[in-house]
Amino acid sequence: MTPATTEAPRRRDTPEDRAPTPVISVRELWKVFGPKAGQVPGSEELRGLTRRELMDRTGCTAAVRDVSFDVAPGEVFVVMGLSGSGKSTLVRCLTRLIEPTAGEILFEGEDIRDADAGRLRELRRSKFSMVFQHFGLLPHRRVVDNVAFGLEIRGMSRAERTRRALEVVELVGLSGYESSYPDQLSGGMQQRVGLARALAGDPDVLLFDEPFSALDPLIRRDMQNEVVRLHREVGKTMVFITHDLSEALRLGDRILIMRDGRTVQCGTGDELVGAPADDYVRDFVRDVPRGDVLTLRWIMRPADPGDALDGPELGPDVVVKEATRAVLAAEKPVKVVENGKLLGIVGDEEILAVVAGQEGDA
Amino acid sequence: MTVAVRKPEKPERTGTEEPPAPARRVRTVSRSMVVAAILLVWLLLFTVLRGKQTLSLAAADLTDLHRWFNDVNDSVGANRNSNPLFLYFFNEIRLVIDTLVTFVQELISQPTPGRPVPRIGWLGVVGIAGYVSWAVGNWRVALLAVAGFTFLGLQGLWQESMDTLALTLSAVLVALLFALPLGVWAGLSDRVNRIVTPFLDFMQTMPTFVYLAPLTLFFLIGPASATIATAIYAAPPAIRITAHAIRSVPETTVEAADSMGATRRQALLKVLLPMSRRTVVMGVNQTIMAALAMVTIAALIDAPGLGKTVVQALQSLDVGTAFNAGLAIVVMAIVLDRVTTAASGRAETARGSASPFLRWRRHLLAGGAVAAAVLVYLSHTYVWAAEFPGEGGVGSGISKGTTDVTTWAQDNLAGLTNAFRDILTNGLLNPFQTLLTDSPWWLVGAALVAVGTVLGGWRAGATAAVCVGLLVGTGVWSDAMTTLASTAVATVLVMLLGVVLGVWMGRSALVDRLLRPSLDAAQVMPPFVYLVPFLALFGATRFTAIVAAVVYAAPVAVKIIADGVRAVPGATVEAATSSGCSTWQLITKVQLPMSRGALTLATNQGLIYVLSMVVVGGLVGAGALGYDVVAGFSQGQLYGKGLAAGLAIVLLGIMFDRITQAAARRAGA
Repeated sequence: MTPATTEAPRRRDTPEDRAPTPVISVRELWKVFGPKAGQVPGSEELRGLTRRELMDRTGCTAAVRDVSFDVAPGEVFVVMGLSGSGKSTLVRCLTRLIEPTAGEILFEGEDIRDADAGRLRELRRSKFSMVFQHFGLLPHRRVVDNVAFGLEIRGMSRAERTRRALEVVELVGLSGYESSYPDQLSGGMQQRVGLARALAGDPDVLLFDEPFSALDPLIRRDMQNEVVRLHREVGKTMVFITHDLSEALRLGDRILIMRDGRTVQCGTGDELVGAPADDYVRDFVRDVPRGDVLTLRWIMRPADPGDALDGPELGPDVVVKEATRAVLAAEKPVKVVENGKLLGIVGDEEILAVVAGQEGDA
Repeated sequence: MTVAVRKPEKPERTGTEEPPAPARRVRTVSRSMVVAAILLVWLLLFTVLRGKQTLSLAAADLTDLHRWFNDVNDSVGANRNSNPLFLYFFNEIRLVIDTLVTFVQELISQPTPGRPVPRIGWLGVVGIAGYVSWAVGNWRVALLAVAGFTFLGLQGLWQESMDTLALTLSAVLVALLFALPLGVWAGLSDRVNRIVTPFLDFMQTMPTFVYLAPLTLFFLIGPASATIATAIYAAPPAIRITAHAIRSVPETTVEAADSMGATRRQALLKVLLPMSRRTVVMGVNQTIMAALAMVTIAALIDAPGLGKTVVQALQSLDVGTAFNAGLAIVVMAIVLDRVTTAASGRAETARGSASPFLRWRRHLLAGGAVAAAVLVYLSHTYVWAAEFPGEGGVGSGISKGTTDVTTWAQDNLAGLTNAFRDILTNGLLNPFQTLLTDSPWWLVGAALVAVGTVLGGWRAGATAAVCVGLLVGTGVWSDAMTTLASTAVATVLVMLLGVVLGVWMGRSALVDRLLRPSLDAAQVMPPFVYLVPFLALFGATRFTAIVAAVVYAAPVAVKIIADGVRAVPGATVEAATSSGCSTWQLITKVQLPMSRGALTLATNQGLIYVLSMVVVGGLVGAGALGYDVVAGFSQGQLYGKGLAAGLAIVLLGIMFDRITQAAARRAGA
């Protein structure tokens, strides 16, 4: 009975002890499209306008407004929002595929906006790689040549780049298809090629722009697992753009929710579900099965003097779903303990409120 | 109280919301009524003012403008070798082009100094044609090329065919040399594209003819200026299609290359160009076909080749010889078209096949190259392989047969064809032509401007006014009106044919599958060729030119209308059917109105095609502007008038094009 105490697995390694220096650090980033776009971020008056008002006043569209965030090494950072929220523009600004209007993008301490064309190219060749929604493969090249394309651009010799490409092709599970052409492959396999192409250059950061939105649901799940697996194996820092909340929750260590170009909320999945910043986020996470996301930290209550305190112990980051059985099986409330300190207790009531109530109110 | 206040407000509000609908209905009705009213006023005034201020000009009469052109021509001729502009610019260009053409001609068609025959004889040319077709296309088109070229020899037209081929290839080479880089540039840069597009639009509305006259001024007549004219005429499709190909490479792919740090050069060489290759080859195909059409017409400025044979035969009304040479042009057009089409499909098919075959292919290609080289050597060394054997018996057979058929047709069908001709001529063409030529010029001009304004808006009206003014200035107003009458009648016939066949094709996939290949083939033919059979049937009259123009212009109109009808959403057709429309109602109330944009576009294209053909018809007695141009090439004192007539054709073309384009935009909006 008692062995259940610490056995409930932690769902993911929360980057508690991550290094303090971020890989990417974005500060007050703006991207405004339209005539005299440069004026908008600087003007106190224009900054405050809504999208419609700005359009009427200046003819400009602000796709990204005053966004700031840090991405830690090895983290999977998800940017989520509906179409038109500016998330794709944001990720393109990171490598200046779209030129930002104002703000800072620090990559390992270097401001990317100050890089000249040559330096920028160098960064793109060795530090960043991107995976695109519509793959962007070259139809006239075989899979292996597509994968080797980035290496070819760097000027790597044919033998060497082919060897490296074949390695990566195997890594993404495409062995046997090296000599196929992209249009002979299914959508999922084409995106594997896109993934392999991004991995081939051994970049520090992988950027994903809604990579799986064009795929069937089943294939999408497959590919998400693939990303989780690759992240485990190669441990790259990833910035992942999606409009799919469940995808964001599956993959993301932290999630940034965007709306109309602004940051609405940035935090871990359980933070979004447990403490939505506003009605927009609350609406968004309404249908999420809360038991799958929330941890005991979110549902525990302070111990009353009347509570029996000799029940089993669990950590505060155990997900509710995985604690359910243990809590219900225990005759006494479960103690939530972190580093030997009692944070609170969780009884049948708290668990059932989440598990049973999740369909209805939330 | 409140009710009383509300009541007057309510109708007012609905009043302000509603007007658009009724107002528009009133206006569409009024537009056609206004046109009818204009025509009515014109007719009334015509009966009163008939024969006054018609600006007619006899065939040998000249205006001051024409004499001035003549003087310019003479002075250019006198100063050709002293004026620095000519000495260092035009003459240099001419020299370079001339060297190129002469080189190619001596290679395959004309005797070289010291040799009675060209360097490569027929066997060598056939060998090369077969090998190249196989290498860039497949073995089927290679067989076609060999058979086609051999047939040209059997027709007894080997040398003429090779002259045409030599000129075509030189012109295509020159055209591509400029067109491909320009096309890539226009594909990469929005600004260049914006600058180039109106020029290309303009060049495409010009009939083949009009390039010739001004060029002869600078480059004299002969192969060099024929090649330059051809290159200019043939370049636009290649520029346009190359730019389009570069532009249609998916943005993600370009972005992916950027995101991996590709330089502009790498992105161009490794992504954009390879991905647009197939489309670019289609552009090359268009260029080759345009060049072939132009080279044959350039016979008017003394370009050697098949065109010359046709022109001479047409002028002496020798239908047999004209048919034989026309057939040779058709054969060459088919071969060139099929081979280049196969080449553009090649990239796709080759890549699907297994790699062992590819290795084999490399050996086979090398073997084929050796075989072709042996054939070239043989044809260079031995007379039997250099000069096509036989006396062209097949050719004389063809022309004799044709003459027999023609004679038979003229003897036996004369009643039928003449009746047909007379009905259309007297019933439609003559009255219309009389109306145009016998009205005072200002009346016709006013009517044209008014109709242009009503159909195409004030901007089109202004263009029409300028064109009318300039037409009067050219001094060939009366001839221009005659040409206008023929063009209008032919266009009406084209549209009738276009609507009937187009709707039929648009509604039935089977008919589409049956008709489309022959329409495609018909579009490939140089306009010349169409004259020949109708000359046999109808003799040398302007009616022949009109029928040939209808046949020439119909395919493009039919295709546009068919595509327009097909583009009507299936859901709309289904909705109409489910509400009980009969087939006739479906066509007249749903499909035709919804493809209004396509109909106007078809009219636009039909007009331009007809115009260029009606002018070529000047060769077979169509008279008017076409005759003026042709006469201008051959008689020195008519040069100025010919140039003015060429200008008049351009003006007519611009006027038609602007009005119908504007009308099409309105219909589309």
